[in-house]
Amino acid sequence: MIETVTQLLGNALLILAAASVLIGGVGVIRMPDLYTRMHASSLTDTVATLALFSGLILHSGLTLASFKLAAIMAFVLLTGPTATYALANAAYSSGIQPPVPHGPEAPEPAGGGDSTAEEQSS
Amino acid sequence: MMTIIFGLFLLSLLVIVAVAIVKTKNLFIAAMLLSIFSLLMASNFFILDAADVALTEAAVGAGVTTVIFLSALRLTSQYERGTLASTRWLAILVVVVTTIILMLGTFDSQRLGDPDAPVHVHVAPYYIENTQELMGFPNVVTAVLSSFRGYDTLGEVFVVFVAAIGVMFILDARKGTGPEYALPEEKGLKHHLIPRAVGGLLIPFIILFGFYVQFHGEYGPGGGFQAGAIVATAFILYALLEGERTALRAFPRSAQTALIVGGASLYGAVGVVCILKGGTFLDYSVLLEDPVTARQVGIITIELGVGMAVCGALLSIFHSFAARQPTGRIE
Repeated sequence: MIETVTQLLGNALLILAAASVLIGGVGVIRMPDLYTRMHASSLTDTVATLALFSGLILHSGLTLASFKLAAIMAFVLLTGPTATYALANAAYSSGIQPPVPHGPEAPEPAGGGDSTAEEQSS
Repeated sequence: MMTIIFGLFLLSLLVIVAVAIVKTKNLFIAAMLLSIFSLLMASNFFILDAADVALTEAAVGAGVTTVIFLSALRLTSQYERGTLASTRWLAILVVVVTTIILMLGTFDSQRLGDPDAPVHVHVAPYYIENTQELMGFPNVVTAVLSSFRGYDTLGEVFVVFVAAIGVMFILDARKGTGPEYALPEEKGLKHHLIPRAVGGLLIPFIILFGFYVQFHGEYGPGGGFQAGAIVATAFILYALLEGERTALRAFPRSAQTALIVGGASLYGAVGVVCILKGGTFLDYSVLLEDPVTARQVGIITIELGVGMAVCGALLSIFHSFAARQPTGRIE
């Protein structure tokens, strides 16, 4: 009985993971600029990782494999958002501006100018 | 069936990535695509049940070489120079001829997994049947690499050794500097709190995993080559986070060179000890009373030598690139 429940829950989590990867992929194609695209792709880093590994852990039960999966999940959850941060920071300091209207609070980017050319090449 | 679908998927992705590498003019993008190519290759090796090779490909191909490419690109230009029309035709001719030869070659090769293929009927059955009895551990790859084919691996270690020396000769040659260069204090990522905190958290675990791969190589996938590369990635990560200078203070160039020389010498020394004990070169069974334990001791020692040499070589190659200041853009 419990086995069936965990299997079903695992399946549901795996489907959730697949759906969020798909949504992330669609978002990367559909979003207008770098930062919103990264926002979309970070969905794969966090939600998909959590759901995928939780689902796999539920499928494999209390075994050594589960422990390894949990360790990989912790690793990916630590490194994925860090990589996203590093990418966004590098983009910002090389002068790619988010396409916001120039309000009074809009901060100056560390680099300067040439943002359109950078966006074209990236 | 699933394996075939995954294989087809991965191979099609490989072709797409390869075409993208050729098409792009931006060398940074090409370096990142090469990293993706290596990762796909590692997955491919994994579904072909070659976990040892997959581990090496992931650590060296996707990890270390990408960083080395990026350090090299820092010294040159970001964009590819256009090629002359005449050399392009020559290149296309070479590629077409090679492709035709390779395609003709595949007609003669056995189907994947054919039990009658020469590779499966020559020496492989002997290795598979006798590893457990002669060595006392299950990983046949480690047994073949370090004992049955110990001479070949010794040669590989010396190839790594020579490669590191070659890179050091070319890149470290300069006027008026001692062994410790007057490096400007580089910032690294010091003002970036998040990568530093996460990286600092991960480095001990990466090194621990490297040692696990090193000393567990007889029972699971792994061994000296993989472990050396994994430990090297930890130190390279440290250098990226804290700057070149701090990393060299923690692990100086002299220690890296000592690691390369020490690792290669350790491997050779085991062979010499075998001769002195009355056996042939790299015949570990004479090292101790019990031949099975003796082989295990010999294998662990030479794997340690391999790991040391690979780790030292990758680190010195990385630092050779990183220590060199860009002298001017080559446009």
